[in-house]
Amino acid sequence: MVPELYRVQRVRQETHDTFTLELRPQSGAARLTFKPGQFNMLYIFGTGEVPISVSGNPTGATLVHTTRAVGRVTHVMSRLRAGDVIGVRGPFGAPWPIDLARGHDLVIVAGGIGLPPLRPVIYHVLAHRGDYGRVVLLYGTRTPEDILFRAELERWRARFDLELHVTVDRGTPSWHGNVGVVTSLIPKAPFDARSAFAMICGPEVMIRFTAMELERRGVGTDHIYVSLERNMKCAVGFCGHCQFGPHFVCREGPVFAYDRVEDLVHRWEV
Amino acid sequence: MKTLAELLATHPFFRDFSPEHLELLSGCASQQRVDEGDFLFREGEVAKAFYVVRHGSIAVTAVTPHQGLVTIQTLGEGDVLGWSWLVKPYRWHFGARALEPTVVVGLDAACVRGKCDQDSKFGYEMMRRFAQVMASRLEATHLQLMNVYENRS
Amino acid sequence: MTTQGAAQQPDARPPAFLEPEHFDDVIQILRRRGYRTIGPTRRDGAIVYDEIESAQDLPVGWTDEQSPGRYRVRPRGDHALFAYASAAHAWKRFLHPPNLQLWRAQRTNGHVELVADSAPPPRYAFVGVRACDLEAIRRLDQVMMDGPYVDHVYRALRRDAFLVAVNCCDPSGTCFCVSMGTGPRVTGLADLVLTEMVGAGRHFLTLAAGTASGQEVLDELGRRAATDEECRLADASVEAAAQNMGRSLAVDGLREALANSPEHPRWEHVSKRCLTCGSCTLSCPTCFCSTVEDVTALRGDATERRRLWDTCFSVEFSYLHGGSVRLSPRSRYRQWLTHKFSTWHDQFGVGGCVGCGRCITWCPVGIDVTEEASVIRQAVPLPGSTGPMTE
Repeated sequence: MVPELYRVQRVRQETHDTFTLELRPQSGAARLTFKPGQFNMLYIFGTGEVPISVSGNPTGATLVHTTRAVGRVTHVMSRLRAGDVIGVRGPFGAPWPIDLARGHDLVIVAGGIGLPPLRPVIYHVLAHRGDYGRVVLLYGTRTPEDILFRAELERWRARFDLELHVTVDRGTPSWHGNVGVVTSLIPKAPFDARSAFAMICGPEVMIRFTAMELERRGVGTDHIYVSLERNMKCAVGFCGHCQFGPHFVCREGPVFAYDRVEDLVHRWEV
Repeated sequence: MKTLAELLATHPFFRDFSPEHLELLSGCASQQRVDEGDFLFREGEVAKAFYVVRHGSIAVTAVTPHQGLVTIQTLGEGDVLGWSWLVKPYRWHFGARALEPTVVVGLDAACVRGKCDQDSKFGYEMMRRFAQVMASRLEATHLQLMNVYENRS
Repeated sequence: MTTQGAAQQPDARPPAFLEPEHFDDVIQILRRRGYRTIGPTRRDGAIVYDEIESAQDLPVGWTDEQSPGRYRVRPRGDHALFAYASAAHAWKRFLHPPNLQLWRAQRTNGHVELVADSAPPPRYAFVGVRACDLEAIRRLDQVMMDGPYVDHVYRALRRDAFLVAVNCCDPSGTCFCVSMGTGPRVTGLADLVLTEMVGAGRHFLTLAAGTASGQEVLDELGRRAATDEECRLADASVEAAAQNMGRSLAVDGLREALANSPEHPRWEHVSKRCLTCGSCTLSCPTCFCSTVEDVTALRGDATERRRLWDTCFSVEFSYLHGGSVRLSPRSRYRQWLTHKFSTWHDQFGVGGCVGCGRCITWCPVGIDVTEEASVIRQAVPLPGSTGPMTE
């Protein structure tokens, strides 16, 4: 339960409220290893601890987390600078089914701050491109200013082996891309609905609508995976906060096969 | 050179439409070219047609009090544009502007409505498809209304 | 329910006979063996569990009266040692402390160091663990140390604890251990199992060993074996208690009914009375939820990470991104009751309720879980129906 101390190597402001931290162990030892979709508990000295998914490359040198300043702890976190020290416990939770999806088409649907937990999947898939069929990344945000990792997305869009579509809920005069909710990209996306694996991360409402749209397209609910969020204090199943019906999101999630949580996702105040 | 019926048959919106119904529909169809930046129609005008997009892309726009003209949706190849022709008083709820040189097939509203009235089976097929268009639009509006990505703190 | 089987008595020796006035010998033996003896004692008008130095600290001659929202102690007019039901506290207070330091952080010249408390935990002897509470400890074991992660504080306390269990002969008006299959007879593993026989002009104790260390204590005590007649009398007291439950709950189909009734109108009904105060979760012997807090020294260079009991009845409990998931009292009551009687089964293979009745007694408005659960079990409405409930 005692965190390991990491030093902030670099801070990158992604949007007005979202930032990326690159961390290295203070001890100089190797960083912890993780699977795409897993999260760590990040502890800010004297402030508190929050669960945040790893957003970096599974084979990268540093431990990378991207988050939005939304609560008390993340607001303090947003003021961290290179050289500051934070505590890290992890990794925790069930990863995305990157092994199960091998040999199949892959549809990755991200909404808003839901892209960072999916980015390690994209790194993995691009590093093992031959293992997968067609790969589609659909990403929706509120406005063009909210698009995360823009330079990287532009690089990915130039590739011939990745189909990438970005859409925004509200266009601006300088935005020439898609306007519309992320679900609107699904009907025309090139993948074989009968065998594709889908991975969804974003606000719970967006997950609900996206899963329904994928179902409409013909993707089986056992091939749809979603990443859910609940309050977490311990990340190991003791504190009780993350319960989602019978599930402990910290241990059984955050990534769930949709058919395991479908009924709960459509229920209020669970 | 394809006939209009053949063009319509390849469009996803009319998938599984019977050849007779396609023939019926093509009697109301005409191909149109829209230059970049030009409006196909504007909000408030009488809705005299609906369109299926063949090439290019179209922004569905709304006039808002503070921001002026905003894009609420973009449509491209394979999409269908407009449902205001179907419900009274047949005025466009939104505008449509080409984002690049765009080719559409326009279906004359009065013509299609007349054929729907005459052939109820054809009418039902049309209604079923437009119900899906309206449901999708409603779902999208619902999602946008909830502003799901908003930072609530 | 089985009687005390051979599994609990390695060499199947008959229980020892003990006069009540010599029960202090047991406590002193445990104290000499280095245990901090914790047992029932009368304080602030209630029977609570706290450190006891001798048998005199026990609530000798006292009993309790419990009903929904009501708790009283009264003298019995005899010298019974264990003739009452669930104490106001549960044993979790000692095994899963309500306020615990996890670690400390010290910052010196920009260098941070984290230190976990390494002091050896106290060795407790729990004297007077009722059948329901013994089962509650077992269910806490599943949560805190039998899963993929282990709470080391809990495990250290639990591993060293010596348990003197009590076959319960005096259930209260809110007890329903028979319905939950957890009592009144002790069936779980304890070092010693005690039965107190009071009545018909007799008053004595029988003590059976359930473990080798329990047998050592019995050997040191050096008492004669109880006669068959004495065993039979003690047994009859426990048997009578089983017929004397204040409440009952039909559990057959309850788990499924709760899982399938998230929109039952009864949730709204109960939420109109529920104050969401969390008394039930604090008094419950199996509720394990906790939160963490940083306590920072004024100078700001040292901070303590502390774990505190928490309750799923608070709005903050489900806080996520500037809002809470369970805003309505309805959803919070539903979460608690459904967890106890339904999703706990999914998580741990058994339910989370042992029928001790504390949540009923200590609810300030007297909400009775057996009643709420029964209504939902009996009247599963058709999907989409919002018709009136049957009661």
